[in-house]
Amino acid sequence: MIRSLLFVPGNNPGMIQSADVFGADGVIFDLEDSVHIYEKDNARNLVGSFLANHPIRPAKIVVRINSFDSPYVIADLEAIVSDRIDYILLPKATAKDLKQLDEHLTEIEKKTGMQKTIGVIPLIESAASLVEAKNIAFCPRVEAMMLGAEDFTADMGITRTKKGDELAYPRAKLAVICKAYDILAIDTPFTDVNDDLGLRDDALTAMNLGFTGKAAIHPRQVGIINNVFSPTEEKITWAKRVMEAKKDADKKGFGVFSLDGKMIDKPVIARALAIREQARACKAWDDNDEE
Amino acid sequence: MKTGIAGSLESNDVMITIKESEEQKIEIKSIVDAFFHDDIENTVKDVLRTKKLENVEVLVQDRGALDYTIRARLLTAIARMEKSDD
Repeated sequence: MIRSLLFVPGNNPGMIQSADVFGADGVIFDLEDSVHIYEKDNARNLVGSFLANHPIRPAKIVVRINSFDSPYVIADLEAIVSDRIDYILLPKATAKDLKQLDEHLTEIEKKTGMQKTIGVIPLIESAASLVEAKNIAFCPRVEAMMLGAEDFTADMGITRTKKGDELAYPRAKLAVICKAYDILAIDTPFTDVNDDLGLRDDALTAMNLGFTGKAAIHPRQVGIINNVFSPTEEKITWAKRVMEAKKDADKKGFGVFSLDGKMIDKPVIARALAIREQARACKAWDDNDEE
Repeated sequence: MKTGIAGSLESNDVMITIKESEEQKIEIKSIVDAFFHDDIENTVKDVLRTKKLENVEVLVQDRGALDYTIRARLLTAIARMEKSDD
């Protein structure tokens, strides 16, 4: 389960070595936009050295490499690909790029005798990428997709607003595709780091459309995002009651039953089961309660 | 003379300057010199040995960098020195 992914600039040792303390489900070491063009070598060596030599690392590690329209992809991959990372975040992703990335990763994994297969999270940042998002989701190694709203709105020639109405369509489309391909849907960061209420509303909007998590650009955003993407006490209580009522119904041989006057059938039970899985992942579900 | 510089003087970072020389010379200026001088020197020597570099002069201006940062900055400085013009 990935509710929050915290971006950490790849050339900042102070932030890199503290990345595990902010409570994010995963950390994205960034070699792309947060690193000046003259410091790309410094950043990839720093992240590579951290991964190879530092004893304490975040639970889930993602590295955002530079895009395939830059000259840095191969050097980035050679510096950071190892058993110690979980995902590559690929900016400006296209299906063609993902095929190339898969070939490079396969070669490095074979050459270095790695024990695991690195996953890929494509960043959907243009109209063209959104149109082919279904093909991107189907590419090898893709375990999640992330919306990149700043580049997306720039590509569309529209203004990004705090309310985010302009993102309704790309968000909805991406969330549906991710669900259809059974991969995680990670929402774009909220860029005003001082607006906690705005962040909460933005995260709720994404969650209600089907996103499973959201990127953060500041440690103070992590708690709010984790909270929004965790099941509420109310939902957990409801799911437990549905589970209990289902047990009774099973004993009586009923496929459909009612709870608080509302019909409970297969889709509703599936929703309760999904809440149970989320709650278990957040350690908020005690299986002993299910008697 | 070929020279390479990498890193910064920000907290938790280190700035490393390396240049060709007739003999190996390592100068360390660190805010934690009293406690970690030898560790920093050993890290620098280890990286130089790995890169098979002997006759170089290294200036380490440390602001409390951990071992992985010193290694990374030195590797970048070496690469930049090797790419630089005389």
